[in-house]
Amino acid sequence: MTQPRQSLLEVRGLRVEFEGRAAVDDVSFDIAPGEVLGLVGESGSGKSTLARALLRLVPAARGTVSFRGTDLLRCTGRVLRRRRRDLQIVFQDPLASLDPRMTVGEILAEPLAIFEPALGKRERRARIAAMLERVGLAPQAATRYPHEFSGGQCQRIGIARAMMQSPELLVCDEPVSSLDVSIQGQIVNLLSDLQRELGTAMLFISHNLAVVRHLSQRVMVMYAGRIVETATREELFAAPVHPYTRALLAAVLDPAAAVCPPGESVVYSCER
Amino acid sequence: MSAMPAAAGSASPASAAPILSIDALEVRYELDGAVIAAVRGVSLQVAAGECLGIVGESGSGKSQMVLASLGLLARNATIEGSVGFEGRELLGLPASALNRIRGSKLSMVFQDPMSSLTPHVRIGVQLGEVLVHHAGASWSAAERAALDMLERVRVPDARRRLRQYPHELSGGMRQRVMIGMSLMCEPKLVIADEPTSALDVTVQAQILALLREVRAQSGMSVVLISHDLGVVAGLAERIVVMYAGRVVESAPTMELLRAPRHPYTSLLMQCAPSLQRERLDRMPFIQGLPPNPAEREIGCAFAPRCPRVTDRCRDERPALLLIDAVAQVACHHPLAP
Amino acid sequence: MSATLWRGAAARVRANSAALAAIGVLAILVALALAAPALNPNSVETLDWSRVAYAPGLSHAHWFGTDRLGRDLFVRTFEGARTSMAVGLVAGAVSLSLGLGFGAVAGYLGGRTDYLMMRVIEILSGLPLVFFVIFLTVIFGRNGYVLYASVVAVGWLAMARIVRGQTLSIRRREFIEAAVAGGAGSVRVIWKHVVPNVLGPVAVYATLMVPQIILFESFLSFLGLGTQEPHASLGTLIAEGAGEMEAAPWILLAPGIFLALLLVSLNVLGDGLRDAFDVREPG
Repeated sequence: MTQPRQSLLEVRGLRVEFEGRAAVDDVSFDIAPGEVLGLVGESGSGKSTLARALLRLVPAARGTVSFRGTDLLRCTGRVLRRRRRDLQIVFQDPLASLDPRMTVGEILAEPLAIFEPALGKRERRARIAAMLERVGLAPQAATRYPHEFSGGQCQRIGIARAMMQSPELLVCDEPVSSLDVSIQGQIVNLLSDLQRELGTAMLFISHNLAVVRHLSQRVMVMYAGRIVETATREELFAAPVHPYTRALLAAVLDPAAAVCPPGESVVYSCER
Repeated sequence: MSAMPAAAGSASPASAAPILSIDALEVRYELDGAVIAAVRGVSLQVAAGECLGIVGESGSGKSQMVLASLGLLARNATIEGSVGFEGRELLGLPASALNRIRGSKLSMVFQDPMSSLTPHVRIGVQLGEVLVHHAGASWSAAERAALDMLERVRVPDARRRLRQYPHELSGGMRQRVMIGMSLMCEPKLVIADEPTSALDVTVQAQILALLREVRAQSGMSVVLISHDLGVVAGLAERIVVMYAGRVVESAPTMELLRAPRHPYTSLLMQCAPSLQRERLDRMPFIQGLPPNPAEREIGCAFAPRCPRVTDRCRDERPALLLIDAVAQVACHHPLAP
Repeated sequence: MSATLWRGAAARVRANSAALAAIGVLAILVALALAAPALNPNSVETLDWSRVAYAPGLSHAHWFGTDRLGRDLFVRTFEGARTSMAVGLVAGAVSLSLGLGFGAVAGYLGGRTDYLMMRVIEILSGLPLVFFVIFLTVIFGRNGYVLYASVVAVGWLAMARIVRGQTLSIRRREFIEAAVAGGAGSVRVIWKHVVPNVLGPVAVYATLMVPQIILFESFLSFLGLGTQEPHASLGTLIAEGAGEMEAAPWILLAPGIFLALLLVSLNVLGDGLRDAFDVREPG
């Protein structure tokens, strides 16, 4: 009989209130180490509020968020800051999440300054250059400012910052929603690669089911602050249970669906 | 492949005159000495009663093109070319003449209804204003028409909604009101610029269905602009694909979706979110960066990202050429049908 | 700190002819004030009994004339200018630092801390200035430190309010959230993220604050509470001159003109800076 795996993150009965009503209402779920959990919901579902509450960026009214045994909602500020090394977030608006007055190098140096203050200047620069390359940017990017980059590149910088300390859990709050469709894949694949390479667990939040499908092993569906369905990826997309999930799936507008019957698909290729 | 250059999407020669005719439109800005070319030379036509879809991502110039046509751009924009509406030239028209056309015969639906609706004016007043201003109707007649319109766009509890303010309505309902406003004077042409991008997916389908219904009832022409091929595919009869300020492909919808000729279109189709297709471990994407309007154009703008690129593509910009009676593509090496 | 922000602002200032003129005028005034002792050997205190209340003229030793006591006005005017400008600069810098620190902390921490800190500011704002200065003078006697302390006490309040307002407006922006999520403590967030991002508008207000400080100092000196004899500040000189307006108008003229030019150019420069910074931030 195998022992159940120790969960990396255990959320129980989380409730976040906003202007009197519950933006997040009695939410409970687990994330195992190295697992990618997708969270799908539309605007007003509370998914972004949930992400912020997990990181204690907004106050929670009730519930516990247990990360490697520490209740993040009740620990002291100092303990929380130390835990942040292993729990990072990538935001939706890539440019807004970067300090406009700092160079990319300074932005990436900050996690090092906070968690590895003893690091020498040369070592620091090497780490920053390595991370920039890892996310697909040239090392020269370190001397430039965020506004000089495109949306996709800014998001790479955001991911680089989040991964500087190789966190155990990465919360991705709609990381590709503000990017062009043709660029989204670049970022999603980057996250997927990093996840596989470093064994990082992820909470991947999106309103776009097709994107979630690529990355997640399990998927949660959120509506009006509550989790209405949780299933493995295969189950959810093949046989959704909750009517809202079914509505979400039905609402995905696939252009190919206009030209071929359901079940079949058009094969597009640039080879011919 | 015929070597005749043509305006994108020209209908067959026997049809009536197009309701909207854009010819060699260019839009440029000067900023700190650099020239930003938002639209680099677009020609297209919309036939009466047709629904044309324009697809493009950031930097494609699709919104700038439409805003320029309606005279809605900032004063520092340099606009060249011609935009004909019902045979009448729009560019250079004085504001008074433009205002008579805009909102009545030619109306526009924007992306974010919250910023398009006046926050402190009631819905009924905003709707009625359109009729009073353009058609000289009385307020009582306008109010009745507003109520009718709300019911036509399927806003539930219409009578109560008339008295409400925009912030009291949900995003989807606000967009219905916007569509209603655009229809008040029975326009000949409605231009919808990303009408569903700010809405939830579940609401998106309803709004598109509404647009389809309204079109069927009134037979008006529609130009639907979106970055989302799926949105456009469900409504448009013809699709124009724009990249870096130019038209790269134009074809009837079915033809374009079944067999895209331009590599960009084909890649775009691959990237479109689809639950039907087999799940891939890697999400499809187009390598490289979106086009930068501030950069000078050398050769084909898509060359840096194209899997079929050759030296010719880098040196020589491909012209938009007819490939058959109804389709055009701007590519040196278009895909086989 | 963003090079492009300052570079862009510098470019816009350069294009603003009024601001450039103001900078030019300021440069001249400062140069004159500093160079004056070299140009005219007369001392501030020397009493020339032979030429009491002498009208100005370039032919004789006293270019700006002399005052009631026979002291050379040229030297005194520029000594007064140096005093006033020093107060403006030093007290300005101290006010700026105090106000910046106080405002940024109050604005960022919010909640009860902010509430208490704002009440402190409001109480201090409510104190009548002159009584406060008199109070200090009574306790510490008449010396330069009292003057500086009084001026700073006034200047930092407005700066704190402005900085707090600016801080509130950026506190909810995503990059601040990102810094907190990254493990930064409040001190780091305020110092590394809040302060650099409010410095633009703050620099503008600082420039506009200096004229107010100089005026206040002049006002105190006018009342006899600031700079003491035999030292001069623009305020004391103007006070003297005001008393002699009918008989010897030139005593008032030089310091008055200097003060006016100084204040106007500082204000124009401040306006120019505000226009230069008040542009869409890159991104």
